Amino acid sequence: MSLLKTLAEKPWLPPMAGAGFAPPHGLIPSAAGRTALKFFIAVASVIFFLLTITFLSRTQYPDFQALAGEPWQPFSNTSQLWLNTAILLLASIALRWGVVSSRQQNLGQITIALVAASLFSMMFLFAQFAVWQQLYSLGYFVSSNPANSYFYLFTGIHGLHLLGGLVALARCTVLFTTRRDCTQLNRGLALCRSYWDFLLLIWLFLFLLLTLSSASYRAIAVLCGF
Amino acid sequence: MPHTAIADQPDESHHPTKFIWKYIWSQDHKVIAIQYAVTAIFVGLIALVLSGLMRLQLGFPNTFSFIDPSAYIQFVTMHGMIMVIYLLTALFLGGFGNYLIPLMIGARDMVFPFLNMLSYWVYLLSVIVLLASFFVPGGPTGAGWTLYPPQAILQGTPGADWGILLMLLSLAIFIVAFTMGGLNYVTTVLQARAKGMTLMRMPLSIWGIFVATILGLLAFPALLVSAIMMLFDKLIGTSFFMPALVSMGEQLDYSGGSPILFQHLFWFFGHPEVYIVALPAFGMVSDVIATHARKNIFGYRQMVWAIVAIGGLSFIVWAHHMYVSGMNPYFGFFFATTTLIIAVPTAIKVYNWVLTLWKGNIHLTTAMLFAIGFIFTFTHGGLTGLFLGNVVVDLPLSDTYFVVAHFHMVMGVSPIMVLFAAIYHWFPKITGKHLHKGMGNAHFWVTFLGTYAVYLPMHYLGFLGVPRRYYAMGDTDFIPDSAQTLNASITVAALIVGLAQLIFIFNLLHSLRKGKPAGANPWGATTLEWQTEHTPPRHGNWGTHLPEVHRWAYDYSVPNAKDDFIPQNVADQDVVMVAVPETAPLDVSQQAIDLGPGEPS
Repeated sequence: MSLLKTLAEKPWLPPMAGAGFAPPHGLIPSAAGRTALKFFIAVASVIFFLLTITFLSRTQYPDFQALAGEPWQPFSNTSQLWLNTAILLLASIALRWGVVSSRQQNLGQITIALVAASLFSMMFLFAQFAVWQQLYSLGYFVSSNPANSYFYLFTGIHGLHLLGGLVALARCTVLFTTRRDCTQLNRGLALCRSYWDFLLLIWLFLFLLLTLSSASYRAIAVLCGF
Repeated sequence: MPHTAIADQPDESHHPTKFIWKYIWSQDHKVIAIQYAVTAIFVGLIALVLSGLMRLQLGFPNTFSFIDPSAYIQFVTMHGMIMVIYLLTALFLGGFGNYLIPLMIGARDMVFPFLNMLSYWVYLLSVIVLLASFFVPGGPTGAGWTLYPPQAILQGTPGADWGILLMLLSLAIFIVAFTMGGLNYVTTVLQARAKGMTLMRMPLSIWGIFVATILGLLAFPALLVSAIMMLFDKLIGTSFFMPALVSMGEQLDYSGGSPILFQHLFWFFGHPEVYIVALPAFGMVSDVIATHARKNIFGYRQMVWAIVAIGGLSFIVWAHHMYVSGMNPYFGFFFATTTLIIAVPTAIKVYNWVLTLWKGNIHLTTAMLFAIGFIFTFTHGGLTGLFLGNVVVDLPLSDTYFVVAHFHMVMGVSPIMVLFAAIYHWFPKITGKHLHKGMGNAHFWVTFLGTYAVYLPMHYLGFLGVPRRYYAMGDTDFIPDSAQTLNASITVAALIVGLAQLIFIFNLLHSLRKGKPAGANPWGATTLEWQTEHTPPRHGNWGTHLPEVHRWAYDYSVPNAKDDFIPQNVADQDVVMVAVPETAPLDVSQQAIDLGPGEPS
């Protein structure tokens, strides 16, 4: 592994001729952005991982009532959640299109892709909010059951992450409108695409996690040793 | 105007000139570092005053009417949280991380200067929110620095209405600030090193800061998650951590939550936090010791491996803080084992510091005094940690002053020793002036001996069974009256140590104006920050051309070299060598002819 090889270097010895002791000279903006994004995704993953662990533990307490599994539970029918998933998927696809368009420097397609990505992302947020309202109208309040609490918490934090992504996307768009620099836009959109893909994956995971039945939670908890 | 972190820059003219862009909304990492440092030291002084007030109550109970039980526990809480998070974390990473990373790796600035600036201002906001809790009804929270539920948010605990809300909010804001700064630090280290600066040529300061930042990025989310969930419990009435309970004769609406879950989350953050503070300290003290002992650091690779190993292990020891909460005995065995294992790389570091000093050309500068002081205090604090890592020893000692003494030695005094060493070491680069050596030495000896006068007796009080967190001991059968006498002497020592810090503050202010000019490289150090064209370095650090690195960071006392240090940016062909007489065999005493630069008295 290169990390182990790096850690095994003996820096007090003079480098052998041609051993390549020099990293590339000069900052590569895309590499910097990618590195920062990787670390940010790691931070966000830890947040969702820890919430998931606490959630799985909490499912085994007697007062926990799953939101799916029985016909009268709100997520026995998950069509609304599937629709939301499709909207987020469209946002992700629009960003991929934007990356390709910016590489080809196709101004028309760039505009459409940017507008579509922003619109679908905002639609997803509104659609998630609509799910909150439906739950609320059915009497599933934040504090009435831990399953509800976690649903609001998980989706809220996921939404906040998407909102943060939208700020970054807006910045890319503003920079592009002022500088008309397709290379810079391409760099920014490539990062946004990776981030949206990450958020889509997280959402798919949350969708699965939050719509399981009590029996499934029991099985997972046993596997995890709770 | 921000600089690109790594780029030659033929035109040096775009330095900010207006005061507001130069010192307030600055994107220069050095200015941001100083902003972080000044804010952290300011808030740290508040925490120091709080500790003085606590000691007054403990040493002379029922003497000061304004310290009632509620106020006492509020002082404890705010002192702990401020010192750990808002002083130590902020000063090591926000202060020294910001100052040293670009300079030591040969960059002009952080990779994302705007984000860096934002990080400081968000940190300042978190401090303001925290300090605001002193002025709200009920005052700051008195939940203890661990903020354990359910009591943290229940009536009866001081600050249960507003104080706890502001504390949780402030922590969440701090974590946002840290994440912005942390992403900058790791990206800058990985992507903006100067030509020739391989990872294994980086000074240990940067290794410590780098790994600590990764720990912070992965550990602070646990605190964020627990803060958000507790805010939900407090504000919306959820039951994440709150069990069904009766409070003040009234059945509350909570049910089924798990306070233990909070403890796991808190300590999943809390233990790595120890190393978030310790690793930068380990790194910085290594550089101070090597420089002032005129000797390469002993076992550089082991030091790097130890930093990485400690970083990894720090995530699997957290539950040793929870033995008294009760757990499956197998878990206790596991966490005791990992705790003892983490002592191995830590001990390697201690041996290596001592072996670096061995036969070194030791210059007893103030920085070196504090660095050597650190080796003492850290060894003492670390050894008592080995006691407490064992379940059967921890259980009787956990709620006593033994634990207070242990963690203050290992996590309070030791990192602060390094902070002082670092300030005395790098102040000449930051300001271009020397700190006054006489005042520095007085500051060291009072602080070093004073902290021993405070914390050694505390271990004994712990063995006697004196409980911690208590406002006053009262009359007990098992604690002799002499314990109170000891408490009084601890208080006197603590007040003297506290007052001695005024010498340091005065020295800072005095030397800033009237200190002796230091020159570019007063210690004869090898690392890049001492090789800048200007002292203090200007915006952009390196003039028109970036430095190129040709060697590792510890070429001190190289045989036959004219000077007893070879800077990292000096190529082999530029090193001036002394002629060795053919008749005489190579004698190490030749290296000691040049005693190297020193500190003016």
